Amino acid sequence: MSKSEKKVTSKDEDKKKSDEKAIGDAIIAAANARREELAKEALATRSNKTLPKEIKEKPKEEKPKESKPKEEKPKAAPPSKTDTEEVSLPEFEKSFVDKISSQFTGDVEVGYIKENRTRVNVKKEKILEVAQFIKDNLPFDHAESVTGVDFPEDKEIGVVYHLGSYTDPTYSKQVLALATRVPREENPNPGNDSTKLPSLRDMFYSVEFHEREIFEMLGVYFDSHPDNRRLLLPEDWADLPPLRKDFRNKGR
Amino acid sequence: MAEQVIPTKKMPPGLQVENVDDRIMTLNVGPQHPGSGHMRIIVKIDGDYIVDADPDPGYVHRGEEKMAESRNYITNIPHLERPVIHDSCNILYPYVLGVEDLVGIEVPERAKYVRVIAAELNRCIYIQYWLAIYGIFLGHSTMFMWPAGDRELLIDLMEKITGARVTHAYFIPGGVRNDVPANFEDVCLRQVNYFEKRIKEYADIFYDNPILKARTEDTGVLSREDAIRLGTTGSVLRASGVDYDLRIKEPYDVYDELDVHTNVLKSGDSYARSKIPWLDMLESCNIIRQALEKMPKSGSIRTKLKPNPKGREDEVYRRVESGRGSAGCHIISRGKPEPYRLKLSVSSFRNLIALPYLLKGEKLGNMPAVYWSLNYWPVEADR
Repeated sequence: MSKSEKKVTSKDEDKKKSDEKAIGDAIIAAANARREELAKEALATRSNKTLPKEIKEKPKEEKPKESKPKEEKPKAAPPSKTDTEEVSLPEFEKSFVDKISSQFTGDVEVGYIKENRTRVNVKKEKILEVAQFIKDNLPFDHAESVTGVDFPEDKEIGVVYHLGSYTDPTYSKQVLALATRVPREENPNPGNDSTKLPSLRDMFYSVEFHEREIFEMLGVYFDSHPDNRRLLLPEDWADLPPLRKDFRNKGR
Repeated sequence: MAEQVIPTKKMPPGLQVENVDDRIMTLNVGPQHPGSGHMRIIVKIDGDYIVDADPDPGYVHRGEEKMAESRNYITNIPHLERPVIHDSCNILYPYVLGVEDLVGIEVPERAKYVRVIAAELNRCIYIQYWLAIYGIFLGHSTMFMWPAGDRELLIDLMEKITGARVTHAYFIPGGVRNDVPANFEDVCLRQVNYFEKRIKEYADIFYDNPILKARTEDTGVLSREDAIRLGTTGSVLRASGVDYDLRIKEPYDVYDELDVHTNVLKSGDSYARSKIPWLDMLESCNIIRQALEKMPKSGSIRTKLKPNPKGREDEVYRRVESGRGSAGCHIISRGKPEPYRLKLSVSSFRNLIALPYLLKGEKLGNMPAVYWSLNYWPVEADR
C-alpha cells in the first residue's frame, strides 16, 4: 500500500483535495485487491483440503444427528422436547420459557430447559420482537456473553446471546440463551452479503462490543449497530473471518 | 477548516476517514504506554476535558478460542489460563467446571476445598498486582512496593501447592493436579494471617490518604442503573451498589458450605471501585481460613479421567467469580475430544464498555484513575 501512496503523491502534489481522494482510492483499491486475492487463495486451499474430509465425515455424522437432540438444528429439536419432558423439568425455568414460547408459537422453539440454564431458538426475522418481549416481560437486563458459532455443513452461522439478570434476586441464577441463525456464504464479504442480523443493542446495551467482535470474527453484520468497526483484529485484516471453520490455523 | 474527504468507492470495513477539527485534539494513549497496558485508548480532548474516548483493544489477541477448537480438553488447560496468568486458577475454573459437566465426572470433596483455597489465594495475588499498578498510576510508589512485596507471600504458597509461581495449570477436570504438601495447612494459615495483617495497613497509607481520595472520589461515577444497563460485572458492579457475587448467587464447588460475604459500596466512583478489590482480599482471607478448617484431612484429590476424554453432545455455560468479576465459559461439544466451539466471556471485556462512557466529560488527568479502577486486564479482554 505504501508504494501506491508514493506513486500517487509524486504525480500531483499541488491539489490537496484530489490528492487525498486519490490516496484514499489507492488504499481502497489495494485493500480490495488484497482481500480478493486472499479470498481466492483461501477458497483454493479450502477446496483442495477440506472437501475430501467432509465427504468422509458425513456418513459418520448422520447417526448422532438422529439420537442427539441438543443441537440447535430445527429438525432435531422436537425430539428433545419429548425426551426432556419425560424427565421432570425444573418448574421455575419452564414457567418463563413457556411464557416466551406461548407468545411466539411457531417462531420460537425451546432448545433445552435445564437447571438454571435455558435456551430458546428464534428465527432471525423475529429476534427483535422476542428480545423486546424478554426485556419488557422478564427481568433479564443484560447480556453476559454473545457467542458466534460457525456451522459450515448447515450453511449457517449461529449467534447465541446469554442473558442474565442483576435486578431480580429470584432470577440471579438464571442464564437464558437466546439463539438464532443466519445464512452463511461460502465466499464471505463481511457487511455486504446475506449474513446479517438486526442488532440487539437498543434493548441490551451491553451487547455492543460483543457484536463488534462477532462481526470481525465470523462476518455477521449487525444492522442498526452504530459502530461496526473492527475491535480486536487489525484494521487491514483481509482474510476470512478467523473463527469460521474454514479458516485454518497455521501448522494445524 | 479541513473539508471532509468523501471516498468515491465504498470503504472496506475497518478503514475510515476522520475529520480534523481545530479545537479537538486526538491523543493516542498506548499501546506502549505503561499506563494503558497493551491497549490503546484514542482520546479526544477539548482543552483538558475528554470529549470522546475510543478503546482499541486487540494488541495481545492470541486467538485462544480458535486454538481451543483444535486441542483436546486436557491440552486446552495450560493455554486457557494465559489470558490472566496472575489469576490463572480463576480464569480456568469455569472451563474445568464445564468440562466436568460434559464428561460427567464427580469431584472428590477434598479437591473441591483445595480448589476453593487455590482460587481465593489466586484472587488475592491478582488483586495485589492490580493494586500495585493502581498505586503507581496515581504516583504513589509506596503503594506499588507494598502489594508487589506482600504478593510474594501468597506466590510462595501457590508454589508450594502447584510447583509454579504464576502459571499453575492446577485445576483439571475431575479435581486438581496434585495434592497439597504435608504441612500445608499450618503454613497457609500462618501466611494468610500475616498477609491479612499486612493488607489492613494499606488503609492508613492508601485508602484513608486524603490525596488518593481527592483524586478518585467523584471521578468516573457510574450509577446503579448504568452499571446494570452496561452489563458490567465484578468490582465495577458492586461498587455501584448492585449486590451480585456469583460465589453467593450461584455457588459452585463448596462455596455454599462456607460463610461468604460480599462487599458492596454505593458511590460508584473510582474510589469505591478501587476499594472493593481490597475488601475482597480481606474476605478471601476469611474464606481461606474457613476452608482450611472444614477441608477433609485426607482423601482423594482427583477423579481419574479416561485418556483423551470425549464430551457428550451438548453445550454448557458455566461461570465463576474471578478476581475481576464473572468469568464465563460457553463450551459446545459434538462428542469429540475437542470442543466444537469454546467462548470465554471474560469480565475485562464486559467492563470495557463502561470505559468510553465514564471517560466522557472527565479531565484528562483523571484518565488513569478511572481506567485502571475498572479492574481491566488487557490480555484477558483480547483473549
